[in-house]
Amino acid sequence: MSAVALKEQELKQRLEPILVRHGRAPSGLIPIMQDIQAEFGYLPREAVEEAARWLKIPLSKAYGVITFYAQFHLKPRGKYVLRVCLGTACHVRGGEKVLEAVSQELGIAPGDTTPDLRFTLERVACLGCCGLAPTMMVNDQTFARLNPQKVKEVLAQFAES
Amino acid sequence: MPALEEFSRRRHELMTRRASAPGLEIYVGMGTCGLAAGAQAVWDAVENELRERGISARLVRTGCIGMCESEPLLDVVRPGEPRITYGGVSAEAVPEIVEKHVLGGHPVEEHLIGQITDPARPYQELPFYSKQRRLVLARTGFIDPRSIEDYLSVGGYGALLKVLTSMSPEQVIAEVTRSGLRGRGGAGFPTGRKWEATRAANGRKKYVVCNGDEGDPGAFMDRSVLEGDPHAVLEGMMIAAYAIGADEGYLYIRAEYPMAVRHVRMAIEQARESGLLGKDILGTGFSLDLHIKEGAGAFVCGEETALLASIQGERGMPRPRPPFPAQSGLWGCPTNINNVETYANVPAIITNGADWFAAVGTERSKGSKVFSLAGKVARTGLVEVPMGLTLRELIFDVGGGIKEGKRFKAVQIGGPSGGCLPESLLDTPIDYDQLTATGAIMGSGGVVVLDEDSCMVDIARFFLNFTQSESCGKCTPCREGTKRMLEILTRISEGKGEPEDLDRLERLARVVKDTSLCGLGQTAPNPVLTTLRYFRDEYLAHVVDKRCPARVCAGLREYRIDPQLCRGCLLCKRSCPSGAISGERRQPHVIDQTLCIRCGACEATCPFGAISH
Repeated sequence: MSAVALKEQELKQRLEPILVRHGRAPSGLIPIMQDIQAEFGYLPREAVEEAARWLKIPLSKAYGVITFYAQFHLKPRGKYVLRVCLGTACHVRGGEKVLEAVSQELGIAPGDTTPDLRFTLERVACLGCCGLAPTMMVNDQTFARLNPQKVKEVLAQFAES
Repeated sequence: MPALEEFSRRRHELMTRRASAPGLEIYVGMGTCGLAAGAQAVWDAVENELRERGISARLVRTGCIGMCESEPLLDVVRPGEPRITYGGVSAEAVPEIVEKHVLGGHPVEEHLIGQITDPARPYQELPFYSKQRRLVLARTGFIDPRSIEDYLSVGGYGALLKVLTSMSPEQVIAEVTRSGLRGRGGAGFPTGRKWEATRAANGRKKYVVCNGDEGDPGAFMDRSVLEGDPHAVLEGMMIAAYAIGADEGYLYIRAEYPMAVRHVRMAIEQARESGLLGKDILGTGFSLDLHIKEGAGAFVCGEETALLASIQGERGMPRPRPPFPAQSGLWGCPTNINNVETYANVPAIITNGADWFAAVGTERSKGSKVFSLAGKVARTGLVEVPMGLTLRELIFDVGGGIKEGKRFKAVQIGGPSGGCLPESLLDTPIDYDQLTATGAIMGSGGVVVLDEDSCMVDIARFFLNFTQSESCGKCTPCREGTKRMLEILTRISEGKGEPEDLDRLERLARVVKDTSLCGLGQTAPNPVLTTLRYFRDEYLAHVVDKRCPARVCAGLREYRIDPQLCRGCLLCKRSCPSGAISGERRQPHVIDQTLCIRCGACEATCPFGAISH
C-alpha cells in the first residue's frame, strides 16, 4: 500500500463491503479491523473512524482495542513482512543472529519498514516451527534452519519481483 | 431419521472402500514445518513424475507426522506392502524413488528412514517412535486434513453418531469424567467436572469454546493437530456441546497459524455440508454452529477470561474468577472452554470407552500427552507419549539425547509458565501433580532441552522479557513486578548484579506469584524460581565472580587473542572502536580488558579465528 493519503471516495468503496459483511454487532470490531488491515496493509485512521461510527462505539474504544493487540498496525507496512522468530527454541539456536543479519541486510531496526515500503521487519515470540529452528516468516511463507548466510539468500528472492 | 441413515451409509461406504482395495498411494507431509523445509517442491515433482509416466496413484497431502528433523517427508505405499517413509527428500530425489520404488518395487536406500506396518503403532523399529503412544495424533500424517471423506474413512464422526443415537448428555459427561481426562492446556482441571458445571449452570443459551491460542514460545502441538486433523477437534467440540447443552461455539486460533485457520475453516464448511453442523443435526434435534475467531497477537488471550473478552471484541484482559466461565462466560452465558488437545482426545474416549483411556497413564494423570520437543535435542519433533513416562525417557530415548555430543544441562518444560529442571530430576514421571511438585508445570507441552552452552540466567531473562512484554497491565503485581524482576535479571546478566539481588529477586517472584490476578502473572515467576532453586551456582558466578559459565551473557564475555593463532595482521586493532587492542605488525596482539566494551567486532574481523570469548 502506498503512503499517499487515501482518497475518501476510494476508501469508502473498499471499506463498505467489509463493514456490510460483518454487520453491526460490537463483537465484530476485531474481525473488521483484521479485514481492514488485510485490505489496506495497515489501519488508516479514516477507516477506523468510519468503522467506529458503523459499530456505534466511541473512537477511543476502537483505539483501545487496536493498540492492545500486537497484530494491528497504525502505519503503512512493507509489501513483505518479515517475522523473525525469537521463541525459546529459536533463541537457544541462534535466532538473535538471524534477526541481526536481517536487520543489517535491510538497514532497518525491528518494528521498522524500509523507505521503499518493500520490507517490514518484526520479531515474534513463536511461529510454532520449533523443530526447525531458527525460523522466519515472509508473509505466509515459512523459512527454516536459518543462519546469516541463508538469510541473504532468502532476502534475495524477495528483493525484486 | 433418514438423514442419519444416509450419513451412516456414506460413512460406512468410505470405511469399506479404504479397508478393502488400497491402490498405490503416495503421501507428502505438507504441514507448516514440511512446507518450511521444502515440501511443495517435492509435491510438484511427484505430480509431474506421475503425469509424465502415466502412473495412476492417490497422492495424499497430510499433516505433520512428527519427524520435524527429517522433513520433507515422502511415503510410498504399494498395494499390499507396508508404507515406506523417506526423509530429507528433495525434488531431485523424486524421479529415482518413482522409478525404482513406485514402479520397480525396490525401495531406494538413500533417504529411507522407516516403515509402517501397523498404522496404530508406526515405526516401531525407530527409537523416536517405539515409546510413543499416539491417541491424539493417531490420524495426523495418515489422512488428508482437508477432506472430510478421509476423516470418515478412518472411522471419524463415529463417536458423534454414538452420542447422538445412544447416549444421554449425562452419560457422556459420566464417561468423560470416568476416563480421568484432564485439561491439556496447562492447569489440568478435570474435563468431566468442567462439563458438568456448565451443564448444571442456569442459562437458556450456552457456548462451547476451543482455546487454540497456543502462545507459549517453543510449543506447536495445537498447530499440528489443527492443521493435521481438524475434524477431530470439531467432533470433540460437538460432543461437548451436546453434553452441556450448547448450540453455538467458537474456535479461537492464533493468526500466526494461517494454515491451521484455513484447514479448520474448510472442516467447518464440510461438516455443515454433510449435515453435521446447523439446525436439527441429522434429524436428531441437536443443533450447533461453530465459528472461527482469529487471535490478534496477545499472549494473555490464552487465559480463558481474557480469551472470552477478545471474542466479544474487547481488549483481551482477564477478570477475577469466580464467576467461572462455566457459570458466566461469553456474553454472560455459561461457557465451556477446553483447549485443542483436550477436545481432540474426546472422540476416542467415547468410541473406545473410559476404561480403554484410563488404562494408559498414571493414577491421577490418564492418557497421553503431546509434546513439542525442541532445543538442543538430537531429534526434534512432535511426540505423543503415555503419561508416566519419565523426562529422561522423553529426552534421551525418544529425543535421542543431546545434539553433537554435548552435555545435558536442563529441560525447560511448560514454557513461560513452567520451569527449568536439572539432571537430578530427570526421573520425574510426566504427571500433572509430580511436575507441579518440582516447581515446573505440565503446561501445554513445550519441552525445550538446554545443553552446556545455555546460560540459565539468560533463559530466565528470556522468559521474563516475554511475560513482561505480554503482561496486559491490569493488575499491579504482574505489571510492575515482572518489570522489576526483569531489571534485576538484566543487571545480573550485564555483570552489574550484587549478591543481595538474588534474595530480592526471589522475594519479588513470590509476591508476584501469590498476588497476580490471572495465570499469566501467577506463573510468570516459575522460570526464575526454578533456575534460582536448581542453578543457584550459575547466578552466583554472575554476581560474585562476574563470570558467565556458559559464555552467553554479552556483558560478561572476555575476549582473548590466542597468541599461537594471531599473525599480527592489524585488522582487529583497526576494527576496535574503543582502542583496546595493542600490538605491532606480525606480533601477537593483546586486548586490554579494562578498555574492552565487548562488542565482538574484533572476533568478527579476525581472518584466522584467533579471537574467542
